[in-house]
Amino acid sequence: MDGFVQLFSDYNIPAAFLVNIELTLWSALFSTVLGVILVMMRISPITSLHKVAGIYVEFFKNMPLTIIMVFMVLGAYAQLKLSFSDTFATNFFWLAVTGLSLYTAAFVCESLRSGINTVPLGQAEAARALGLNFWQAATQIILPQAVRGSVAPLGNTFIALLKNSTVAAAASVATETSSLMSEMIEYHADLIVPIFLIFAFGYVILIIPIGMLTTYLSNRLAVRR
Amino acid sequence: MANAPGESAVLFDQPGPKSRRIIRIVNWSAAIVFAIALVLVLLRLYNPPDGENQLSWELWKPALDGEAWSDFYLPGLWMTLRATILAVIGSVVFGLAFGIGRLLPNVVIRSIAGVIVEFCRAVPVLMFMIFFWRFFAFLGVEGEAYWAVVVSLVLYNGSVVAELVRSGVGNLPNGQREASLALGLTHTQSLMEIEVPQAVFAMLPAAVTQLVVVLKDTALGSIIMYTDLLQESRRLGSMYFNILQTLAVAAVVYFVFCWLLSRLAEWLPKRMQQRTAAAVEHETVAPIAIMDPSNVNQIAVAREMKQRPYGGAPRRYHVHHRGSNASIREWRRTRYMQGYDETHPESQRDFQKEKEAWPFFKDNGKDKPRNGDSGSTHNQ
Repeated sequence: MDGFVQLFSDYNIPAAFLVNIELTLWSALFSTVLGVILVMMRISPITSLHKVAGIYVEFFKNMPLTIIMVFMVLGAYAQLKLSFSDTFATNFFWLAVTGLSLYTAAFVCESLRSGINTVPLGQAEAARALGLNFWQAATQIILPQAVRGSVAPLGNTFIALLKNSTVAAAASVATETSSLMSEMIEYHADLIVPIFLIFAFGYVILIIPIGMLTTYLSNRLAVRR
Repeated sequence: MANAPGESAVLFDQPGPKSRRIIRIVNWSAAIVFAIALVLVLLRLYNPPDGENQLSWELWKPALDGEAWSDFYLPGLWMTLRATILAVIGSVVFGLAFGIGRLLPNVVIRSIAGVIVEFCRAVPVLMFMIFFWRFFAFLGVEGEAYWAVVVSLVLYNGSVVAELVRSGVGNLPNGQREASLALGLTHTQSLMEIEVPQAVFAMLPAAVTQLVVVLKDTALGSIIMYTDLLQESRRLGSMYFNILQTLAVAAVVYFVFCWLLSRLAEWLPKRMQQRTAAAVEHETVAPIAIMDPSNVNQIAVAREMKQRPYGGAPRRYHVHHRGSNASIREWRRTRYMQGYDETHPESQRDFQKEKEAWPFFKDNGKDKPRNGDSGSTHNQ
């Protein structure tokens, strides 16, 4: 028991979780922006935009996140000399955010698209029958319903993003939770199970509220058809 | 892209001559912008600042020749596939066991299965891998990295499969259960002999999509020194200083395998629909965690509105409960949260009335009429 308490004073566990939360929030921001652009490209009638967005989504959906993270550090940074900062830690943090954002944007795009799929065809037909033009129909009839329909898949995407932020370890972010857990196990081999449970329950505690909020919002915002 | 025509039908009118011209102009200018971007990327690869030309054959040759394949990629790929196959078999067994466990009438089994499944879905796979890797090393297990990869993937993906089984059972038309109970089967018999076998067919396409996740997640093994495809390509790259090229080759191999599996998952629903009374899950939701709601119910309702198999007659089963929070026990309570059932408009719950009837919200002294026992919960 003493050793268990000692762990909390020897290692700054909340700080490690904070790094993961920061990674998640920044990546959520960038991937949402990129995902909205992608979904707009994807539903547009313009073939080249449509194709490029389709290829992007298909590429990142079928690519392991680990290889993207490794590529960010060993390919983009070490070989192509793309870097964000001269400080190693900051640089790797932002490289990880870039990798996570590029990866998650594909899933954000798919979530938004599945939201658009929930809008029945009759809604657009009715809007057109009422004499609304494309812009009016899109902004007043279709998109509001589509956004409501995509709350649940978006919530799932961001929960997955929080869990995926541990893969930043592959991009040499040494302060986040999985790296810290690895380090702690190395020095306190006798406490391996308690150490794992600390981190596991940390994630359970972080994820339950997001899941509950998503459930609440998607029920609250659900369009009753 | 399969849905593209449907989507444009929702969002756009058929373009006239004027908008066709605009579309053509934007189309070409966008294509030119993308081409320029591609050229810029290639230029960067050709001439990176104080680095060597990444397009030169000297760097690509060792990443592509026969020795690279026979000594690095193929052994790595074999390790990846070996872990994938075992993890898939394990997750199906785990998923069926715990998915059925969550549906059994016994409260103890149900709650234990529920806690384990929710825990395994919430913890990042990498955490599991690091833990089991060290743990197996202490226990002195041979090939600890391999077993850590397999066990972690089984725990996570198995719990996802468990949720798929549960949602598959929840999506069955209620008549299936009613009929089997009327025939004198017990709840457990009805579950095991009637509902789960149908649910398995309904969930197969979504489960195949989950295979893609398993295959992708084996790459996490490279972090715990498992010599999979990614790890081997890194080793090869550090020998010839051409890591960019070897990673590109590995990425192509991963992509090809994942892409083939994704196509299989798209093709399966057509085959599986014949074998089940439930709606086959076409839409696969990204990896999920605790209490996930999914919008498959709304998608399905939207779809049912236009597909009338019996020529105009509404389908005769409820649209209650789709998605992985489905539970056959609570269908009466949750169906109206999930969507409006047009075949039973009279049974729509009136939440306002219920709130008034609910004792906690009742004003003291005033005697408001109660609306049955909390709405239509029990009197169907």
